[in-house]
Amino acid sequence: MLKNRIIPCLDVKNGRVVKGINFVDLKDAGDPVEQAKIYSDGGADEICFLDITASNENRKTIYEVVRKTSEKCFVPLTVGGGVRSVEDINKLLNCGADKVSINTAAVQNSDVIVESSKKFGSQCIVVAIDAKKNNEKWEVFTHGGRNKTGIDALDFAKKMEDCGAGELLVTSMDRDGTQVGYDIDLMSKISTIVNIPIIASGGVGNLDHLVDGIEKGKASAVLAASIFHYGKHSIKEAKEYLDSKGIPVRI
Amino acid sequence: MNVTIVDYNSGNISSVINSFKEAAKDKVNIEVTANLNKIKSSDKVVLPGQGSFKSCIDALNSIKGLVDTLNEFAINNKKPLLGICVGLQMFADIGYEETETKGLGWISGKISKINNQNGKFKLPHIGWNQINILKDSKILKNVENNSHMYFVHSYEFIPKDKDVISATTEYSSNIVCSVEKENIFGTQFHPEKSDKLGLQIINNFINI
Repeated sequence: MLKNRIIPCLDVKNGRVVKGINFVDLKDAGDPVEQAKIYSDGGADEICFLDITASNENRKTIYEVVRKTSEKCFVPLTVGGGVRSVEDINKLLNCGADKVSINTAAVQNSDVIVESSKKFGSQCIVVAIDAKKNNEKWEVFTHGGRNKTGIDALDFAKKMEDCGAGELLVTSMDRDGTQVGYDIDLMSKISTIVNIPIIASGGVGNLDHLVDGIEKGKASAVLAASIFHYGKHSIKEAKEYLDSKGIPVRI
Repeated sequence: MNVTIVDYNSGNISSVINSFKEAAKDKVNIEVTANLNKIKSSDKVVLPGQGSFKSCIDALNSIKGLVDTLNEFAINNKKPLLGICVGLQMFADIGYEETETKGLGWISGKISKINNQNGKFKLPHIGWNQINILKDSKILKNVENNSHMYFVHSYEFIPKDKDVISATTEYSSNIVCSVEKENIFGTQFHPEKSDKLGLQIINNFINI
């Protein structure tokens, strides 16, 4: 039976791990390579690096982080943040990333998704959708949540599936950093209209939120940062908790 | 001993290289090349594969003499060869991804899209799934039944001769995930991404 995945996400800035509250007030919390190794040894199903300020700053540090991590961790590694072009995707894959997550570029030019999924295979193309609730709809945001687009998140999700995305990483901008739980409505609506797996992100504060993301949000995988990163819970605890709630996980 | 990972522009093979280097430590020399002479003289060959069946077959065919060299290695000389993911799928006679494409024909059978039962099962089949070991296989030594392996694929291998199947996994139906035919081995899952048990499989192959 296919297991639901738990994916710790490490926000990386200038080669160091940080996790913001609503994308500001960053705290430095360690070396990404060592952190990733701790997570993979602890049973993480995948590791995700998000290069959060990559759009504005020198990106070279992330390549080195990816290279070193892929030599030490033998679980899938997803890298996102500031990925603009097919060439950027190629570089990250060559450094040892297994999947690349694409956000702003997917909105600005969906051909990047069409081309890259043809060239490298859908399995390594993850489209990251940052969405904010507006009345009963969700709007897609880009540039790390700074720019409005006027695009409906559900329409966009469907379009990205058609363009060849292998997975969707759906983040609720309203919930990110708040620790009040995933936006379950958003997750389940997107999961229902697409046939590709979705990864729920944004807002995890406790282990029940992970359960909700899978059971109610219908996500195939749940991504979280701070609950793992500051030692509140280990990956093992999270998996044992999900298992106790009858959710299939790899233990 | 020399193990060659065939680098034929089939997509991202960094993880395969890293995992083989990790499993080999310094005992075994790992080459990454499409050089025909190096492939001929190596003791074992790894055939990775990402992307579509057609794109991988096209990439193999675009390197002059590569298919002949692999045929000589695996079929005539019967030296150990491991196919991973689309690398395994290419063993088949024919694949139906993008368009009908002829495979290597080493293990008779076809590559078909996984039946998602009208959207009940999401595709690609991504994540950790348990393998059901049906028979002893050299590459599955010290791997327990029901172990978890990492999968990413939308197409499955349907071999004609079921005796080649060494393990299946359950997703929509029983999907073939490990095959062994004499000196030819293949995994649909990614041992290079399957943590310690994946490294065990790689180690098993190196030690055949």
